[in-house]
Amino acid sequence: MVERTARSVGIRIEGLYKIFGPTPARFMPMVQAGMDKDELVRSHGHILGLRDIDMEIAPGTLQVIMGLSGSGKSTLIRHINRLVEPTSGKLTIGGIDVLALDGSELTEFRRTYTAMVFQKFGLLPHRTVLQNAAYGLEVQNVPARRRRETAMRWLERVGLDGFENKYPDELSGGMQQRVGLARALAVDAPVLLMDEAFSALDPLIRVEMQDVLLGIQEEVRKTIIFITHDLDEALRLGDRIAMLRDGEVVQQGTSEEIVLEPADDYVRRFVREVNRGRFVRVDAVMSSDGAALPPGSGVTVDGAITLEQAARIMAGSGAETADVLGADGAIVGSVSLRRIVSTMIANG
Amino acid sequence: MDWLLSFPHIDRRILTALKTSVDAWFRDVARALGSAADLVFHPLHVALGGFERFMLTVPWPLVIAFVALVAWLGSRSIKLVLGCVSIFVLIGLFDMWEDTMKTVSMIFVCSMLTIVLGIPLGIATARSERLQKAVLPLLDVMQTMPSFVYLIPVVMLLGIGRVPGLIAVVIYSLPPIIRLTNLGIRLVDREVIEAADAFGSTGRQKLFTVQLPLALPTIMAGVNQAIMMALGMVVIAAMIGVQGLGQPVLKAIANQYFTLGVFNGLAIVGIAIVFDRISQAYGERLQRHRGIGRG
Repeated sequence: MVERTARSVGIRIEGLYKIFGPTPARFMPMVQAGMDKDELVRSHGHILGLRDIDMEIAPGTLQVIMGLSGSGKSTLIRHINRLVEPTSGKLTIGGIDVLALDGSELTEFRRTYTAMVFQKFGLLPHRTVLQNAAYGLEVQNVPARRRRETAMRWLERVGLDGFENKYPDELSGGMQQRVGLARALAVDAPVLLMDEAFSALDPLIRVEMQDVLLGIQEEVRKTIIFITHDLDEALRLGDRIAMLRDGEVVQQGTSEEIVLEPADDYVRRFVREVNRGRFVRVDAVMSSDGAALPPGSGVTVDGAITLEQAARIMAGSGAETADVLGADGAIVGSVSLRRIVSTMIANG
Repeated sequence: MDWLLSFPHIDRRILTALKTSVDAWFRDVARALGSAADLVFHPLHVALGGFERFMLTVPWPLVIAFVALVAWLGSRSIKLVLGCVSIFVLIGLFDMWEDTMKTVSMIFVCSMLTIVLGIPLGIATARSERLQKAVLPLLDVMQTMPSFVYLIPVVMLLGIGRVPGLIAVVIYSLPPIIRLTNLGIRLVDREVIEAADAFGSTGRQKLFTVQLPLALPTIMAGVNQAIMMALGMVVIAAMIGVQGLGQPVLKAIANQYFTLGVFNGLAIVGIAIVFDRISQAYGERLQRHRGIGRG
């Protein structure tokens, strides 16, 4: 049986394949031997959803999965709580072999380990905001009083106090998604799955919701998987980002790695439009070879700040170069304004 | 050229033999099972008779008060209450009270039975593709087969009276409620179902907290349809001995009493309107949470 263990759990996905169609297992060997997506559809009428996904998500981190529509990102996130069954592969969450769980074990696993937020919210229209937020606790048969208190606490946390007796229809999209978020947080599961959770919202509301999520994540440190097709959102939220195309991971890494070293044209196309100054840290572009730059302008910048912030400091003090400080306050390298600006405006 | 002008059919003697042997077999079955069938359906017979006697003994002001109460609870509309009451008053004034009570009691029992059978069957077909594939063609047959045809075996087995009438009515009015329950559950938003699954609902929890509540407006439309179809069967049921408003209509057909036919026909229409408006108003009130003042 599944039991509640450590509150922070890691996720490991190994060699995950998903083929849609009546007899997927028959085509596994061919796909593994390298048959491509188009040929599988054309000659065998099966659709390749995911191919050989390997991913390791550390406990308490926010992993973004990015890709265009049809890249398999929604399919991938649904494997984590087995809303979709894989054709082959391994999935371990907090030491539990998720694919080995039987029916009632899976139900228990979903109740205690995972919570999910949906693109179109997935709220129950016939229930009030409070009843919606308490839904996860209700199916776990938590006593009515306690689930009301817990749901109320989370509704307040996402800024919805005073709305608990409204129906979802009476709220704006952003507020409905706050209900979705409160419902997911109320069950206190260590893994939070967010399937394009903010994609249906207006740009300003979206940024607001990102702030709400980041603020909450600061406190609760859950293992979050966040699906999006918006690179700005990915860079803003993600500790790590995985780029998905046609069911395959084309690149995984930190924001800087994705922005500064795109693995191929697909990733480059995403990255081209992004404002790098806001995401790339100074220590990612500094030169740590002391001889390369003339030292001693007297200006120092923290290596952890963004290029944009560093440029503002340097432009303000009129310095052409600055020394970069590491986490311990020691000088670890130096950077020139020219280098910062050329990185910020580089194209692809 | 003979074979071109008349369709080459199976030899008449073979067909006759086929018909007589099936008939003989069914007659034997009916004889063998007749008393057993009577026994099985006896509770229905008792329920029908009892409810009809009850409706006839209750003083008419109480019945009208009850109709008004149900109309009010269902619709919260004073206009609808007045409409329903005046229909029953008119029926009484035109001396059709007794037949109306018999018909109402029959329709009530039939509808209850249809709901009790139809909703679980609809749920089952919504949950299983295979069952749906098996049941839908059967429903097509039940809906389109002329009711006289399945009256024959029912009458052979159970004779004439209320119970065979009830069975015929239930067969006729069951399809819409099964179909609409099935449809209602299948139309529930996929993401809401996924949400229920993702939070670890069991199949039963999902059914009662998500699927049935969201399918309820459609299911109510099915209940409404079932009642309407049951009322449509009143005259046919009268042919196998069911008491009520159908009997005078049959008499009117046989004797060309135009006015008698129209009066009783209008009484049936009146009951239909009352049942229909109350159940629809109730169905609408159930989904009040939809489409009110968007924020």
